[in-house]
Amino acid sequence: MPEKVRLSITVNGVEHDVLVEPRTLLLDFLRDELDLKGAHAGCEHGVCAACTVLVDGEATRSCLMFVAQLDGAAVRTVESLAAADGTLHPIQQAFMQEHGLQCGFCTPGMLMAACELLEHTPMPEPDDVREALGGNICRCTGYQNIVNAVCAAGPLLAANVGTPTAPPAQGVSA
Amino acid sequence: MKPAPFDYVAPRTVEEAVDHLTRHGADARVLAGGQSLVRLMNTRLATPAVLVDINRIDGLDGIALENGSLRIGALARQRAAELSEVVHNEASLLAQASAHVAHASVRRRGTVVGSIAFADPSAELPAALLALDGEAIVTGPDSERTVAAADLFTGAFETSLREGELISAIRVPRRPDAGAAWTEVARREGDLPVCGAGALVTLDANGAIASARIALCGVGATPVRAMAVEEALTGAEPTEDAIVAAAERAARDLDPPSDPHGSAAYRRHLAVAMTRRSVLRAAERAREGAANA
Repeated sequence: MPEKVRLSITVNGVEHDVLVEPRTLLLDFLRDELDLKGAHAGCEHGVCAACTVLVDGEATRSCLMFVAQLDGAAVRTVESLAAADGTLHPIQQAFMQEHGLQCGFCTPGMLMAACELLEHTPMPEPDDVREALGGNICRCTGYQNIVNAVCAAGPLLAANVGTPTAPPAQGVSA
Repeated sequence: MKPAPFDYVAPRTVEEAVDHLTRHGADARVLAGGQSLVRLMNTRLATPAVLVDINRIDGLDGIALENGSLRIGALARQRAAELSEVVHNEASLLAQASAHVAHASVRRRGTVVGSIAFADPSAELPAALLALDGEAIVTGPDSERTVAAADLFTGAFETSLREGELISAIRVPRRPDAGAAWTEVARREGDLPVCGAGALVTLDANGAIASARIALCGVGATPVRAMAVEEALTGAEPTEDAIVAAAERAARDLDPPSDPHGSAAYRRHLAVAMTRRSVLRAAERAREGAANA
């Protein structure tokens, strides 16, 4: 068997020292080792983007990265968005308000891709959203409500002060 | 889906990377952005015994002018090339082609050089390198050599790299005088194109076409130059009629594959259409450039 790789990775603010098989994909690590089931395993070869998480702030397909590559990296998953008491993050509120999901399978990837966009473009136009989320596949919504939701998230976030990649600290009201 | 087991190494220098590649030969693969390779590993179409991750090597992500040409390091991301001012100014075709690769989140990981080394016959960047008359800077166990784009692509997903060699950068001649345009047809935005074309056009003092270079992807096992079109255009007036007539020659020597994405006949049709559109646009831009000069 190949030699395992020892490394340190921060996920949703918690540092983990881990020993992994080199072939462990970030997606499987999150779901199976850390029991974070938010990033969804859809196509598992980089087509659907349902597994999108933020790696050092960049929207990344977690099925196309090995944990072994991520020594010292900071990862954020959809689980980091809502507050501990269940209060939704403004981006999640916007998706709910604008009916930006139906079955919800693609939603974690959509939300994390939207997080990255809103970090750089606080008040996105529909074309910005289409560019940033264009690689995320949704089979229910026809996409229009997702575009509306991300656009609506801008003002909601501005009103909530918190930034998309640094959601309100858990247990503290924003 | 699970990749087959492999050993993972993350060298800190190019020499160390080459050492691993030399030692493991065909059993080793280079991991840069991973956006093409890892999907093949997940489906086990690729089963390297050793993965040589070059992301920890410092200084490989540069995009800079060097001795009159543009040098792009092995870790420069496609998104960086797409947004780079120096790439826009000196080799605009590369920036335009980069913008067509997959989606923004993929381009932020995927590298320009990785796409070239992967040598997918449908991909944009190998064809752009060929149109630009670029070359690969190849580091091997004993020496460094350069391989012209025309000699680099030897077949579908095959290059003339020898065992133990790594493309540490590509070099592209400066073409600030050329009008450049990339056009493609893909089934969906972000998919690999069924066919794409990149064109570079320069005009002489009288406004006639001084030179034209055109490369196509998706029409064979490697990217190909449309030399018959280039010949017809050289010295011609850049009128729509002349360009439309010349572009008809694009499919002449092609023997494209048929697959579910497009029949051979459709690809031949697209080769003409993409050539026509890219040359028309490139000529227009060359005229604008001359007017602004």
